[in-house]
Amino acid sequence: MKFFLEVWRQKNAQSQGGLVRYEVVGISPEMSILETLDVLNEQLLEKGEEPIAFDSDCREGICGMCSLVINGYPHGPEKASTSCELRMRHFQDGQTIIIEPFRAKAFPIVRDLVVDRSAFDRVVAAGGFVSVNTGNAPDANCILVPKDVADKAMDAAACIGCGACVAACPNAAAMLFVAAKISHLALMPQGAPERDARVINMRAQMDKEGFGHCANEYACEAACPKEIKVSNIAKLNREFLRAVVCSDK
Amino acid sequence: MTLDSKIPAGPIQEKWDRHRFDLKLVNPANKRKFEILIVGTGLAGASAAASLAELGYNVKVFCLQDSPRRAHSIAAQGGINAAKNYPNDGDSIWRLFYDTVKGGDFRAREANVYRLAQISSHIIDHSAALGVPFAREYGGTLANRSFGGAQVSRTFYARGQTGQQLLLGAYSALMRQVGKGSVQMFPRREMMDLIVSQGAARGIVCRNLVTGEMESYSGDAVLLCTGGYGNVFYLSTNAASCNVGATWRAHKKGAYFANPCFTQIHPTCVPVSGSHQSKLTLMSESLRNDGRVWVPKNPQDKRSPEQIPEEDRDYYLERRYPSFGNLVPRDVASRAAKAMIDEGRGVGPTGLSVYLDFSDAIKRAGESAIREKYGNLFDMYHHITDENPYRVPMRIYPAVHYTMGGLWVDYNLMTTIPGLFCLGEANFSDHGANRLGASALMQGLADGYFVIPYTLGGYLAQAKLPKLSSSAPEFKEAENLASEKIKKLLSIKGKKTASDYHKHLGKLMWDYCGMARNAKGLKNLLSQIPEMREEFWKNLALTGSGEELNQALEKAGRVADYLEFAELLAKDALHREESCGGHFREEYQTPDGEAKRDDEKFSYAAAWEFKGVGREPALHKEPLSFESVHLAQRNYQ
Repeated sequence: MKFFLEVWRQKNAQSQGGLVRYEVVGISPEMSILETLDVLNEQLLEKGEEPIAFDSDCREGICGMCSLVINGYPHGPEKASTSCELRMRHFQDGQTIIIEPFRAKAFPIVRDLVVDRSAFDRVVAAGGFVSVNTGNAPDANCILVPKDVADKAMDAAACIGCGACVAACPNAAAMLFVAAKISHLALMPQGAPERDARVINMRAQMDKEGFGHCANEYACEAACPKEIKVSNIAKLNREFLRAVVCSDK
Repeated sequence: MTLDSKIPAGPIQEKWDRHRFDLKLVNPANKRKFEILIVGTGLAGASAAASLAELGYNVKVFCLQDSPRRAHSIAAQGGINAAKNYPNDGDSIWRLFYDTVKGGDFRAREANVYRLAQISSHIIDHSAALGVPFAREYGGTLANRSFGGAQVSRTFYARGQTGQQLLLGAYSALMRQVGKGSVQMFPRREMMDLIVSQGAARGIVCRNLVTGEMESYSGDAVLLCTGGYGNVFYLSTNAASCNVGATWRAHKKGAYFANPCFTQIHPTCVPVSGSHQSKLTLMSESLRNDGRVWVPKNPQDKRSPEQIPEEDRDYYLERRYPSFGNLVPRDVASRAAKAMIDEGRGVGPTGLSVYLDFSDAIKRAGESAIREKYGNLFDMYHHITDENPYRVPMRIYPAVHYTMGGLWVDYNLMTTIPGLFCLGEANFSDHGANRLGASALMQGLADGYFVIPYTLGGYLAQAKLPKLSSSAPEFKEAENLASEKIKKLLSIKGKKTASDYHKHLGKLMWDYCGMARNAKGLKNLLSQIPEMREEFWKNLALTGSGEELNQALEKAGRVADYLEFAELLAKDALHREESCGGHFREEYQTPDGEAKRDDEKFSYAAAWEFKGVGREPALHKEPLSFESVHLAQRNYQ
């Protein structure tokens, strides 16, 4: 197969970027879009040009490192897929594919397609945990978690922290990411003691990082490679209300 | 230097308890005076960082990725073992210990393995307390499943994403300490060198991958939690950035490297499809609980799988190993698949795969029950192959997955360099010649949560560590050496890329040092590696500069390390004239094709000392004695 790739090139955070058009040939349908970029990068290196910088690591859809906007869709048009899982059989031979970085104020571009998502780490550091030191835990079966609750918590905990939800949102909101963590820990009995502080602190940090507000666009759910549901955002809002209105703290 | 494994005296059940009492303690008020540097944020690194910060140490943590949550532990699927015996099916600390020593083909250190089995239950307790959403029974208790190499159900899991959930648990504990200011996090850093001053590990030099700057950090101890070296084979189930860099660079500074030839080939991976493939994807071993492995009886049988009737199928694992069936350990399952393919009975377009068939399980339990257990794995398979495994059997093939070898460590997880500790997959200690499924997560977290918090204190309490600033000449010198190496790589301006060399090296390693090895092939390999290394330094194609984000440069540095390390791996494989676990030497096998150990000559851990690139490394032997488990031929029939 042959493709034309229009790829965002930007030397560093300070410089201006723009789309550059490349042609790649000899691509097979079972290759992923990242392997197609690998092939292009090898060609560029052999010609003495600088290869395209992009993040990727596990290449099996679980680490959350890859972060491409492909033809306008974060992680591409396929449902429930990361960039690394997107195979070329979903494109037509000879097609032009536009590849850009995730775009959000809170995710500054580092180079080409690489962005800085450390804002997510800071949001987690603000409260996305259960405060238990190593050595403190009781026997695991002392904390019973009904199966349906554990399953729901797992659905939310499946978030890979890639940031596609932010990239998809017209307001670059991080609500789905934050909601997934809030839901996961609010559902589990282990998360209950810090429920109020967690939602207040994580929300405050989220705002501080420059993420936008939720306007119920649902674009985040559509883009999420792990199919995290927007119902988690409703849960986040309920948790927040509960914490600020009902809490006696 | 003689190897002192520092195994505590006394009966095996009491060693760890006695040792914890004997270890000197650091006064709580003094802990904050110590600076601990941790490289890597997988299960071992993240859990160590969180636990040490909780104790009051000052911790600095470094990782290659943009966030500590990306470390490759995240990709572990199937589960984590623990000797809880919740299912009441006969498990115990002793049985987990026994299974692990036997599964490792009697090449692990008994005392370490026993400690691992003792700690295993605490890991589940702590992870559950952190909010890890383990699978549950309807009554709310934890669910278990069985895994290869064991006849009890001791594996805890969170769907097919157990590694992800355990890592996110450890990551959340780590980020809690970052929020408190007791851990400083340095992402997008690569360790270029280890600083050894007056005989002790005292710091590291890192390259900031965004700016290209060299940065020096001094500390009182350094913990390498940097994972395995499976990517020396190019195609493996490891993530793209997994590399041997940190451990190899520490090896060059004096840390012995043990048993590099013990590499694990995982039997159930999605087969190779083309030459541009960048990685292989694992399909969890847990699938072998419900999937049946088979090939056609007749090599000429080219019918599609559903057209092949029962009597024309060979369920070869069930046939050869009736008591363990499809749940034989990984090394056994991989070799059996290879044997079928060598007989010409492989399936699929390349003939390089076997079937893993769920139709019986779907008939028995229903599609929804199978979806519940393995849904994400089936989806992943579907994504990759465009085939629906609910309808047609999966096709699988063995792939490089895990490396049991690593830096030699004593019972305290300290390497041969005082103050340099090595945790998780990066060390060699617990899995012998073959790791059992669901034991990697257990070991990474045991080392980080429950071993290092004690043993590190024991070292610091007695070490005499003069103040050392990161502007000391040792650091400047290492920074200069690292910068020079980068300049040298950039100045070659040759024709072949680092990936070209990596692919070529990986192919040679797989062909001559993969699932089956022999002296002739290994000697051939050993003659080719130095030539390739020489060519690499004359003909590498690289662009850009060292003062910016330059991923091709990072890759080139890591391939340069592989071209040195591969030679040690092959030498170790050549010297070990026996077959055990993941190391199968064709010259040493039983008449029915099983691995034949030589306990007389090779019941030791081989720890290699670096003597210079291209020079003969020195071999040091740590004899292994088996007092609690009797040496026996592994038999899964």
